[in-house]
Formats: sequence, C-alpha cells, structure tokens
Amino acid sequence: MIGKLDIVTLQQIWWIICSIVGALFLFLNFVQGGQTLLWQVAKSDREKSLVINSLGRKWELTFTTLVLFGGALFAAFPKFYATSFGGAYWVWMLILFTFILQAVSYEYRTKPNNFLGARTYELFLFINGSVGILLIGAAVGTFFTGSNFTLNDFNQVTWTHPLRGVEAAFSLFNLSLGLFLVFNARVLGAMYLVNNVDFKGVPEFEARVRKSCLINFLCALPFLLYVVVSLLLIDGFATDAAGVVSMVAHKYLNNLLAMPIVLGLLLVGLFLVILGVTRTSLGRSTKGIWFGGLGTVFVGLAVFFTAGFNGTPFYPSKVDLQSSLTIYNASSSHYTLTAMCYVALFIPVVLAYIAYVWRQMDSKKIGMLDISDKKAY
Amino acid sequence: MGEIDLATVNWARAQFILTAMYHWLFVPITLGLSFLCAFFESMYVRTGKEEWKHLTKFWMTLFGINFAIGVATGIILEFEFGTNWSNYSWMVGDIFGAPLAIEGIFAFFLEATFFAVMFFGWERTSKGFHLFSTWMVAIGSNLSALWILVANGWMQYPVGMAFNPENARFEMQNFWEVLFSPVAIAKFTHTTSSSFVVGALFVITISSYYLLKGRHVDMAKKSIIVASVFGLLSSLFAAFTGDESAYANAYTQPMKLAAYEGLFTGSKGADLVALGLLTSGKKVGDGQDPFAFEVSIPRGLSLMAKRDVNAFVPGIEDLVYGNEAEGIMSVAEKMEKGKAAIADLAAMKQAGKAGDEPAKTAALERFLVNQDYLGFGYLDTPEESVPPVATTYYSFHTMVYLGTFFILLTLLYLYYSYKDTLEDKKWLLMLGVSSFFLALFASEMGWVVAEVGRQPWAIQDMLPVKMASTNIGAGHVQASFAIFFVLFTTLLIAEIKIMLRQIKIGPEGV
Ligand code: HDD
Ligand code: HEM
Ligand code: HEM
Repeated sequence: MIGKLDIVTLQQIWWIICSIVGALFLFLNFVQGGQTLLWQVAKSDREKSLVINSLGRKWELTFTTLVLFGGALFAAFPKFYATSFGGAYWVWMLILFTFILQAVSYEYRTKPNNFLGARTYELFLFINGSVGILLIGAAVGTFFTGSNFTLNDFNQVTWTHPLRGVEAAFSLFNLSLGLFLVFNARVLGAMYLVNNVDFKGVPEFEARVRKSCLINFLCALPFLLYVVVSLLLIDGFATDAAGVVSMVAHKYLNNLLAMPIVLGLLLVGLFLVILGVTRTSLGRSTKGIWFGGLGTVFVGLAVFFTAGFNGTPFYPSKVDLQSSLTIYNASSSHYTLTAMCYVALFIPVVLAYIAYVWRQMDSKKIGMLDISDKKAY
Repeated sequence: MGEIDLATVNWARAQFILTAMYHWLFVPITLGLSFLCAFFESMYVRTGKEEWKHLTKFWMTLFGINFAIGVATGIILEFEFGTNWSNYSWMVGDIFGAPLAIEGIFAFFLEATFFAVMFFGWERTSKGFHLFSTWMVAIGSNLSALWILVANGWMQYPVGMAFNPENARFEMQNFWEVLFSPVAIAKFTHTTSSSFVVGALFVITISSYYLLKGRHVDMAKKSIIVASVFGLLSSLFAAFTGDESAYANAYTQPMKLAAYEGLFTGSKGADLVALGLLTSGKKVGDGQDPFAFEVSIPRGLSLMAKRDVNAFVPGIEDLVYGNEAEGIMSVAEKMEKGKAAIADLAAMKQAGKAGDEPAKTAALERFLVNQDYLGFGYLDTPEESVPPVATTYYSFHTMVYLGTFFILLTLLYLYYSYKDTLEDKKWLLMLGVSSFFLALFASEMGWVVAEVGRQPWAIQDMLPVKMASTNIGAGHVQASFAIFFVLFTTLLIAEIKIMLRQIKIGPEGV
C-alpha cells in the first residue's frame, strides 16, 4: 500500500512523523526541566539524590529521541539537514555541547574520584536544561521568523550572518519561545517528579515540588502569550502553487483558521497543560504529568504543523525568500521516503516496548532504597 | 560550484578524525563488553550462584562508565555530517540519511530502554526479564554498529543509487543493495568481531591485574575463562573477516589495497610483504624501490586479493597511469571525462534556466556518457588519487600483527586456565595487562586503514572530500575543534580516573 503513495503524500507523512518525534522530544524535556529544578526544590543531599535518580532512569530516552529527530530529518528532508546544520552552525553546536555534558553527568556525578566534583556535574545538568533548551526554542523559532541563508544552483548553503545561527537567540520572538520551552520543561519536570518519586518521610520536599510546578507555569505564561499573540499578528512566509515564496500578512493566523484540527490541537494542548498544572499544584494528584505531557505533545504538533503545512515554507530564508525550504523542495526522493515509511511502521513497536518497560520499572516509585543502592547515581 | 577553501576542508577533516577516534575509544568496549555481561549474567541465571551475580554487576559498572562517554561522543558524529559536511549531506542525504534514521529507530532505543533495566532493574523486574534486558542491550549496541557500518560501507562502495542531474544529487534506487552490499557485510562482521576482541581483552587486562596483585582471584579466573573463549573465537573470526575485507577491497577499492600492501607496480602472482620498511621519500612513478627492506611471501598477495596465485593485482602506478593490457583506464583519462561531465551538467542547468529544452536534452545526453567519472573531474592531478601510502601501510601491518598476536595470547590464556596454572605465569599476565591497550590501538589503526586508505574520496570515485565540506570559514571549524578537544579530553580524564578507581575498589564495591 505504501508503495502506491504519491510523493506529496509521502512528504506530508514524513513531516507528520518528524513533528511527532519533535513533539515527543518536547514532552521528554521533563528530564531537562527536572535538571534545572534540582537546586531549587531539593534542599538536602538526600532529596537531590532522589531527583537525580528519578530523572536518571529517563534521560537516555530524551537523548535518543533527539538523536532520532536528527536522523529522521536527515533521511526525510536532507536539504534541511544540510542547510540548517551546516548553516546555523553555532546554534546547533552549542546545543550539542550541552547534550554531551549531560550524557556523562548522571553516571559520573557521585562516582568516587570523578575529577570534576559532583557540583560540576550538577552544573552541567543545569546548563543542558537551561541553555540547551533555550537554544532549541530559538532554533525552532526560526521556522517562523526566518534565517539568514541563500542556496546556490547546486543547493550549497551560504550563511549571511556572522554569528552562524546564534543570531536567532537575539530575536524577541525566538527568545520568548526558548524561554517558554525552558519554563514548560520545568513545569513538566515538577509533574514528573511528583509522579515518580516516593515522598514518604519528606512531605516538605513534595510541597516544594508541587509549588514549583505552579510558579514555573506562571513564569512560562507571559512568554507563551507573547509567542501566541505575535504568531497571530506577524506576516508569514508563504509559497504558492508554483513554489514562489512571498510574505503574506497574518499567514500563521490564516494557517490555524485553514486547518481547524491544528487550531484544535493547540487549544486542547494548552488546556491539558493547565489541567496538569492545577492537578499537580492545587490538587493532590500524581497524574499531572500525563495531562501536561499530552498537552505539550499537542502544542508541539500544532507548532510544527503550522510551520510546515498549508503552503508554508518550514525553513524560510529572510535574506532570499526563494531559497526557503518547504517540505516539498527539501525532501528525499520518492523511493527513499517509501522505504523509510516501511521502516516507520516499527515505531509503534518501539513505543510499545518502551511503554512496557517503563511500566515494569516504575510500578514502584523511586525511594530511599533506590538511592542507597550502590548502582545509584 | 563555489570556491574550495582547503583550510576549511582540512579542519573539518581534523575535527572528524578527532571526534570519530574519540568515539571509537569507547564503542568497541561497549560492543564486546555488552555481550560478555550477557554471558556472565546467563551463567548466574543458570547456576543461581551469587558469585556470578556479583561478577556480572562488577563488569556492568565498568560498562556503564564507558557507555556514558560513548553516548556523549556519539551524538556529535550524527550531526557532524550536517555541520561540517553539509555539501556531502545534501548530495548523498537521500541514501546516507536512511541508515542513520534506522539506527535510531531500531538500535538506539533498544539500548536506551533496556539499559535502564540492566542497571536499575535488579530489584524491580524478574530474573528472566533482567537477563533478557541485558541481552537486548548487547544486541542493540551491535545493531547500532550495523547501520552505521552500512552507511560507511556505502561510502566505500556506493551501490544501489543513481545520480539525478535534475537536482545534482545521488538518489537511492535499491535499499537492499545498500544493505547487503558485500562491503557492508565485510565491515559489519569484521568490526563487530574485532570489537569483541577489544571487549574480551578489556576483561583479560583487568583480571590479569587482579591475579598479579593476588586480589579477587576467584572472580578474575572465572572472568578470564569466559573472556578468553570469547576472545579466541572472535579473534579467529576477526582474522577471517579481515581477510574477507581485503578480498572485498581488491575489487571495490583496489587503490586502497595497493596502498596498504605497499604495492606500487602490479603484477601477476604478486608477492605479499609480510615484513617491510618503506623507502622514505618514495613518490608515485619515480622508479625507486618502494621497500628499503622486505620479507615477502611469494604470490601471497594474489592469493589473498584474488583467491588465485596467478591473478593480476594492480599496483598504485597501474591505477594512476593506466594499464592497457589489464584494461585499466588512467586517472588522467577519467579526469578528462569527469571534467566533460561537469561542464555538461552546468550547460544543462544553464539551458534549463533559459528554457531551451533541446539544448538541455543534448547536454543531458552528453552528461550521461561520462557521468560515472563525475568525481574525477574535481581532481587537480592524477597523483591526487593516491592515498597517503605510508600511513595506510603501517597501520594495516600493525593491525594484522596485533591480530595474530591476540589469537596466540587468548590461546595461551585458555591453555593455562585449563591447566589451572595461570597465576604462576607472571610473564603471560603482564602481557595480558597490556593486551587491552594493544587491541584498542589495533582497532583505531583499522579505521585509519579504512578511512585514510580511501582518500581523496568521501564517496569512492564519486565525491572527493574537498567537495564535501560546508561553506564556512576555517576559523569556525578551528574554534569548534578546540572546544571538542578540550571537552572530550576533560571527559576522558574523568572517565579514566573513575574507571581506575572502580577497578581498585573491585567487585566488593558494587
Ligand atoms: C581489534 C581490532 C582489529 C584486529 C585485531 C584486526 N582488525 Fe582489521 N579492522 C578493524 C579492527 C581490527 C576495524 C577497526 O574494525 C576496521 C576499520 C574499518 C572496518 O571495517 O573495520 C578494520 C579494517 C580492516 C580492513 C579495511 C577494510 C576496508 O577498508 O573496508 C582490512 C583489509 C582489515 N581490517 C584486515 C584485517 C586482517 C587481515 C586482520 C588480521 C588479523 C585484522 N584486520 C585484524
Ligand atoms: C561516524 C559515524 C557515527 C555516528 C554518526 C554515530 C552516532 C552515534 C550516536 C548519536 C550515539 C549516541 C546514541 C544514543 O543516544 O544512545 C552513538 C553511540 C554508539 N555508537 Fe556511534 N556513531 C558513529 C560511529 C560508530 C561506529 C562505527 C560504531 C560501531 C561499529 C558505533 C557504535 C555505537 C555504539 C555501540 C553506541 C552506544 C554508545 C556507546 O557505548 O558507545 N558508532 N553513536
Ligand atoms: C568510529 C570509527 C571511525 C574512525 C576511528 C574513523 C576515522 C577516520 C579518519 C582517521 C579519517 C580521516 C581520513 C583523512 O582525512 O585522512 C576519517 C574521515 C572520515 N570518516 Fe571516518 N572513521 C570512523 C567511522 C566512520 C563512519 C562510520 C563513517 C560514516 C558513516 C565515517 C565517515 C567519515 C567521513 C565523512 C570522514 C571525513 C571525510 C574524509 O576525510 O574522508 N567514519 N575517519
């Protein structure tokens, strides 16, 4: 059946798949959020240990999702991969550095003779959760605000800004999106900890975590509002049937109105996040993470769909509109997209075993026993 | 195409060498040790003896320390194709991106998911499920090797694709040809088996140290038995698959073969140099004897490369200057055809823009005649097609000597373990302590053979490295190189210190 799909359908399917992976990554950023909460909610070594061990069982999942996001974009939209990673060089490099730091920190933090000291590894985790996520937000922001590149006849990229991508972080819109993601990750982090940690004997700790969920949500709110309102007001990049790119007033507002499902995803997503926050902070529920998580996935999907569908170039160029990338001109060939679709059929299997293992491992919460284990982080 | 900035290209290469070779310090240990942990745990589940559990946990601790930094150094490689080789990524992304994505879906999640069970699931899951998870980590690690090696194998021997002149890129035509390419198979089998050797010798090195110190003797001996059986089998298999790789090279990358064998002039019934010193300052075509000193096996090379003692094996000079009798075209001629192809491609673009369909079709037809030589059009001189011979030659011979040595070493370990006199053989234990470092060295040298030997090509005969890089000033790449260097070196120091301390603490501490 897949073999019969036309190229346009395949391109759209692959944009949806990449969007799902990206949106799941935003949800899994609860790990990064938790990392930045560490110094704030955990007052004693014991509490710190609980937080780190709880996050430490999940960080690989987030990390691997990022790797897959990169791989999927490479396979499905190689022109984007080449243009963005080669062009916006430094923003990606900086993001990667923070993830390199993260990858060793859990394992090495409490090991004897670890050279840098526990505090340094905690700092690494903080950097990953703050700078890393902020820059990811800025990079995603350029889907709407555009980047500084041109492509020649052979599709070689020339970046016209000396900061090679980091300039993205100096746009108010991109910066707000980045800060929103940072605070949202912290909201999710708090929800996850409430769900995953056994707070027996440390009720003040639990209260602190629950409270931080609300506080961080309130911090996220202004940035969210700014992003949403600007998105509705700004001119956007649009392509017509012939592939010519131009600026169109209220383009993204039009996209939302033209694709009610996407608007629905956005609204339901935001509602779910709020529900998660109230259940976690104002109620006693431990299930907030599922609402907050699903909500984040929905919002993420809405963002990616708005950027890529309805005649919108998802990686627009500010300096040369016609160099902008759409899901149609940046994709792999029909053959490759088809082959990769067969591969993608296995994604549900992967999700299923991850869910199964997660349930097996988390049926008991992370408690004192786990952090006194010699294997503990 | 744009101007080539060689400084950028060379810094991008330096960065790739740095990051890949760092990654490779940890990956072979992961590939080998993950299976050893699975064996150890299987012994525990079968016998129910706590000693085995203890031993498994000890090796797993070391595995985890190594794994973390393996992951840290891996993520950058995945994105480096885009950051430093964006031209490459665009031109071959249609083919090359797929294995990377598949690796994520099939391999990395398997590893990441079951890794958590392997480390934290001892009390949380059943014995059986835990063992299953440990096996899954081993299989997942080795699957990640599979896909990346398929990608690398394709660079060495590009099959299953065609050039699309319309958008100037290579596109996939046949996924199965890419996956089951003989080079991919040779690469996967040789790389995994040689990594098993590295993993086995890692265990042997540490266990031998314990035996020399008289500590944890029982655990050390148990570990050695399993590791030397595994090490022996895999080093035999590594030698066999290494030979297969050379055989594959003979018809996919004859220049690489000639370089690592130091064969300048080809012949029928070519000899295999078993031991030799290259003449320094030897250049292609200068008539000097390539070897200052050599011991050869008569006709050995023809046998190895062509499975026929009388077959012709082309030397570097045959490949550069051509050899009509053997039907080898000179590089100069290929360059000429390549330059014509490039010109026709440009003419085609031009005509397309001008809307001149007949001219476009004509240019396309001319292009198709010469398209196989496209890559050669970017070379400046025929001699550019020769990789650095001495580096390739010495790396190859080092690897092979060490490979032979490991077979011997693991045999001796097995023999003395069987006779239960291993503890008295101090000389052997000393050799054993050094063996892991030698194995890691051999493994890195293997990559030098594979990667330096394919220069100047990023994609064999299709895309020279200098055309593959990103259009970015060398300064940027120098800066990121410096950051990587400092970062990875710091992390490596941390890793080594932690590892040594854990070894000192020993199995009691886990
Ligand atoms: C412990 C490590 C180790 C050992 C003992 C050996 N190798 Fe090896 N070799 C590798 C580790 C390695 C490697 C790192 O895995 C390479 C690099 C690329 C690859 O495919 O495998 C490699 C590459 C490589 C290549 C180049 C393949 C290519 O360019 O496609 C050849 C011809 C051989 N090997 C041959 C041998 C032979 C005849 C050996 C005899 C014992 C041997 N190797 C032992
Ligand atoms: C230059 C090409 C390479 C790229 C792009 C690459 C990419 C990566 C990435 C992104 C990771 C982290 C994965 C995670 O999230 O867990 C990783 C780890 C790993 N890679 Fe590589 N890799 C390369 C070379 C290799 C080679 C040649 C092999 C094996 C033959 C290999 C085997 C592994 C393994 C086993 C891991 C698990 C982590 C470890 O313990 O080292 N990689 N690699
Ligand atoms: C992890 C094991 C590996 C090691 C130690 C290694 C080593 C090297 C070395 C020494 C070079 C430098 C060659 C030169 O410029 O003279 C190189 C280049 C390169 N290798 Fe590898 N390599 C590894 C795996 C891979 C894999 C799996 C791929 C692709 C899938 C790959 C792709 C490249 C590329 C793109 C370059 C840069 C272009 C070039 O100089 O040829 N490498 N590598």
